[in-house]
Amino acid sequence: MKLLAFATRNSKEILRDPLNLALGIGFPLVVLFLLTAIQANIPVDLFVIEKLIPGIAVFGLSFISIFSGMLLAKDRGTSFLMRLFTTPLTASDYIIGYTLPLFPMAILQIAISFLAAVFLGLEINFKILLSILVLMPTAILFIGIGLLVGSLFNEKQVSSICGALLTNLSAWLSGTWFDLNLICGWFKAISYALPFAHAVDAGRAAIAGDFTAILPHLWWVIGYAFVILVVSILVFRKKMSGDNQ
Amino acid sequence: MIAIKATNLTKVYKNKTAVNNLNLSIQQGELFSLLGVNGAGKTTTIKMLTCLIKPTKGDATILGNIIQSNPQEVKKFISVSPQETAVARNLSVQENLELMANIFGFDKKTVDEKVEEMLETFRLKEVTKDKAVTLSGGMQRRLSIAMALISNPQILFLDEPTLGLDVIARRELWTAIEKLKGKVTVILTTHYMEEAEALSDRVGIMADGNLKAIGTVSELLTKTNSNTLEEAFVTIAKKEEVNL
Repeated sequence: MKLLAFATRNSKEILRDPLNLALGIGFPLVVLFLLTAIQANIPVDLFVIEKLIPGIAVFGLSFISIFSGMLLAKDRGTSFLMRLFTTPLTASDYIIGYTLPLFPMAILQIAISFLAAVFLGLEINFKILLSILVLMPTAILFIGIGLLVGSLFNEKQVSSICGALLTNLSAWLSGTWFDLNLICGWFKAISYALPFAHAVDAGRAAIAGDFTAILPHLWWVIGYAFVILVVSILVFRKKMSGDNQ
Repeated sequence: MIAIKATNLTKVYKNKTAVNNLNLSIQQGELFSLLGVNGAGKTTTIKMLTCLIKPTKGDATILGNIIQSNPQEVKKFISVSPQETAVARNLSVQENLELMANIFGFDKKTVDEKVEEMLETFRLKEVTKDKAVTLSGGMQRRLSIAMALISNPQILFLDEPTLGLDVIARRELWTAIEKLKGKVTVILTTHYMEEAEALSDRVGIMADGNLKAIGTVSELLTKTNSNTLEEAFVTIAKKEEVNL
């Protein structure tokens, strides 16, 4: 009950910030429409809707980090979290309470991106559902990144780190905007040492029906998501036991 | 019965001793004020007693529960209204109150009753549906204290509750705090002497991390040959030690 109360509060805080919502859902859609328009006039293999949409969905999910990071940083910045720290809520209540409302939002965001892609010519079949399923660990990954950054930095810093750095970095290193093979080898090596390109490739493999290619990429994402979430829990617990020490 | 007992409670930050060997005993139902200038150690004391930070040395019990070894049990009995107004900004007044009541596990009927009671007590009925962020400073502070009280705490920590409020808002808050006397143990930190004088059963004066004096207002006045609490405070805060 106490966990649900906290999670509900977090949902309300996020949903009542229309600018965040408009940016998080609207901006990836604008990019999707723009790149599709480019593809219609100057055909680029990478911007074919089946290849583009998993990348756009991953790009959209990077905005979830802003939601989770900003909410946590705002709570830490005011005395609100300090008040809650004196209640019987436990560390796991906080982490689940921050994650729970964001997960359905992330799924909704992926679904909206895929729905827009259907209007732009993506064929409706079970592979869309599979791709959405495959992208779920990526949603957890971005929520975890947001919680980690929100536990460590203040509101302004979170805005810069998640809003500017993470969204750009995850987009460039994901192979959504350009083929990673076109740039020198180290760039591709870095990209595949991080989870973003793997997330996009797993989504693409699902859409293409190349089922054996999904798991090798997905393990990278799941591994990163697990590590980031564990680290964010540990950092949060440390902060909880004495942010002001 | 003793509500709070601190024994040699100490907090050291790097080279600075924020609270030094604090020994204190507060009875249930008592309204105890901690006075001190900025940096005297009042807020650090409250943070230790509410399990927000760990003491470097010493310990304290809250209704018999040791703060260091049993913080989750302690948290069932206490509530805090922090120095800075602590409300969920995008939630309405009612939602803020419901949130706190639900976190403490009340059933739906009790939540509704408690919310109604708090709205009435703290005169927030006309802004029930308003978002907290749109309220005036005084109303936000009243909401913040109502959120602390909705859980029926046995011990309430009010950290500078009237800081930054205008005279009328301050007096209104005093009235609300006075109603708690005898029912809830209240630990109040304040800069305002007249506030401590008007509300407290006993006053403790802190300076440089030390509890310099403790007693009723009249005891402190007698001991320091002062006419006002402010005079007594200045005398005590500047002296090395005052035995009362």
